[in-house]
Amino acid sequence: MKNAEKLKTVVFLKRPESLTDKEFTYCPGCHHGIVHRLVAEVIDELKIRERTILVAPVGCSVFAYEFFNVDGTVAPHGRAPAVATGMKRARPDLVVFTYQGDGDLAAIGTSEIIHAANRGERITVIFINNAVYGMTGGQMAPTTLIGMKTTTSPYGRDEKRDGYPIHIPEMLKEFKGVAFLARTTVSDPVEVIRTKNAIKKAFLAQINDLGLGLVEVLSACPTGWGMDPVEATRWVKEVFSKEYKTGVFVDKVK
Amino acid sequence: MSEKLMVKGTEAIGESAIRAGCRHYFGYPITPQSELTEYMARRLPKIGGVFLQAESEVAVVNMLYGVSCVGKRVMTSTSSPGFSLMQEGISYMACAELPAVFVNVMRGGPGLGDIQPAQGDYFQATKGGGHGDYRMIVLAPSTLQEAVDLTYISFDIAEKYRNPVLILADGMIGQMMEPVEFPEFVDVEKLKEPDWILNGADGRDPRRITSFDIDPHNLEKIILHLMEKYRKAEENEKRWEDFMVDDAEYLFVAYGTMARILKTVVKLARKEGIKVGLIRPITLWPFPYERIEEMAERVGFILAVEMSTGQMVEDVRLAVKGKTEVLFYGRPGGVIPSPFEVLEVLKKYVKKVRV
Repeated sequence: MKNAEKLKTVVFLKRPESLTDKEFTYCPGCHHGIVHRLVAEVIDELKIRERTILVAPVGCSVFAYEFFNVDGTVAPHGRAPAVATGMKRARPDLVVFTYQGDGDLAAIGTSEIIHAANRGERITVIFINNAVYGMTGGQMAPTTLIGMKTTTSPYGRDEKRDGYPIHIPEMLKEFKGVAFLARTTVSDPVEVIRTKNAIKKAFLAQINDLGLGLVEVLSACPTGWGMDPVEATRWVKEVFSKEYKTGVFVDKVK
Repeated sequence: MSEKLMVKGTEAIGESAIRAGCRHYFGYPITPQSELTEYMARRLPKIGGVFLQAESEVAVVNMLYGVSCVGKRVMTSTSSPGFSLMQEGISYMACAELPAVFVNVMRGGPGLGDIQPAQGDYFQATKGGGHGDYRMIVLAPSTLQEAVDLTYISFDIAEKYRNPVLILADGMIGQMMEPVEFPEFVDVEKLKEPDWILNGADGRDPRRITSFDIDPHNLEKIILHLMEKYRKAEENEKRWEDFMVDDAEYLFVAYGTMARILKTVVKLARKEGIKVGLIRPITLWPFPYERIEEMAERVGFILAVEMSTGQMVEDVRLAVKGKTEVLFYGRPGGVIPSPFEVLEVLKKYVKKVRV
């Protein structure tokens, strides 16, 4: 009984204050919920909830502003880093983070993320890479793997027609304005903890006035991939992260 | 009040914005307005303001969105092709009810067009421009003093209606020099912070600023609320100038640089015994329909003149409701009609009517 009580306190952590009571509306097995929770825990631990602003994207996480218990807005597709730039330049005392998917950040929003990173904007970027456009029904993303079937690459992504999977951290790591840069997954408990640590550093990069912090999280989209949740999580670990190597690319936070 | 200073149009607008309390400017170089961006780059850092040259006009408008979310006065300036790129963000800002001031120093279009003064962006400015049901309040100066005065009040109008406001100038207004008198500096410290801004959910529920509601019935409510504001703007914000209309038998309607040229034509025509007047809309949206309708009942015809192939003339026709004949003359592509050219057109039509 005593052990059971103890286990309860350890396992059933309280809901982070930085999340609202609203239940996530994401599909079963989707990793958005895990990442939302990790971001909220970091905001709680850094005690910045009262001065944090969320810039949500267009895509599945367009509703993120309903789940985070912080002030927030929704940017036009891909433009979150520009919106965040405006906020941060006008109110440097606020903590501003964007939450963007791969279509948002790595296709339509490449210009905005590259220039925000190059300017070293003091913002934090949570980048969810799940290899498809989830919200619109599983179309090919810039991060879709070669040969991977999606609704707009029904015979598999062909590099001659569609180009190659885009690697954002590998692109941004040379930018002097970037203060923290990592790629992680949440496909097992160790990776979850790594992701949380990375998210914390991505916020500290901003708070300590060092530069832009970005974490790419390789995430499962069971619906878009036509897999069940367990299979999808396994696929992140065994296939997806072979193309996209996890690790820390830049760490000026230390 | 300060003494008159000889300044360029773009710089006059910039200085007026600063005096109105604007300390945030985001821009991207494009002729013929780059001097305004340069002016703000020189001026703002010296008075504790924020200047940033963005990577594109697409980024610019979204930076404005961000600044407006946190409740600060913000502005940008561009020219026609750049203004096209901003339309997405303006549509979002209108729905999210975010105030900001835009300046479009119009040049010849469509496409890359040229860099000469033109008025081809009237439809874009007054009929939407971006997607969805929204309006921008559009102010069209015809002198530099008016550019200064309209810029100065544009921030108040934007905040009053929580909506983007556009100063629609053309390359002539942007590039010429004239003596102007600047208004007093607004004390930025005393500007009241709106109660809807995002500044951290400290001791209150989180605020959300979005242009989004997945439920069509809710979105309809949002849009009807916008329309309610626009009806109020139509009641309160219509501005125009009457020029020699009291005894007018014929009427010109024109705005901006074109109206300025027509004042010369009015005087020339009157020397030749043609009693013509001019109505110059200052707000292009809301458009002074009623004033033009009143005049339509009294004049032989209305001649709309534009530096385009005819855009504002459609609003003139809507105003007139068939009560008189509406004629049009225009030169597109950056060609500016001369006073004598327009005088000849006027005389031709007057001759037809008199016969």
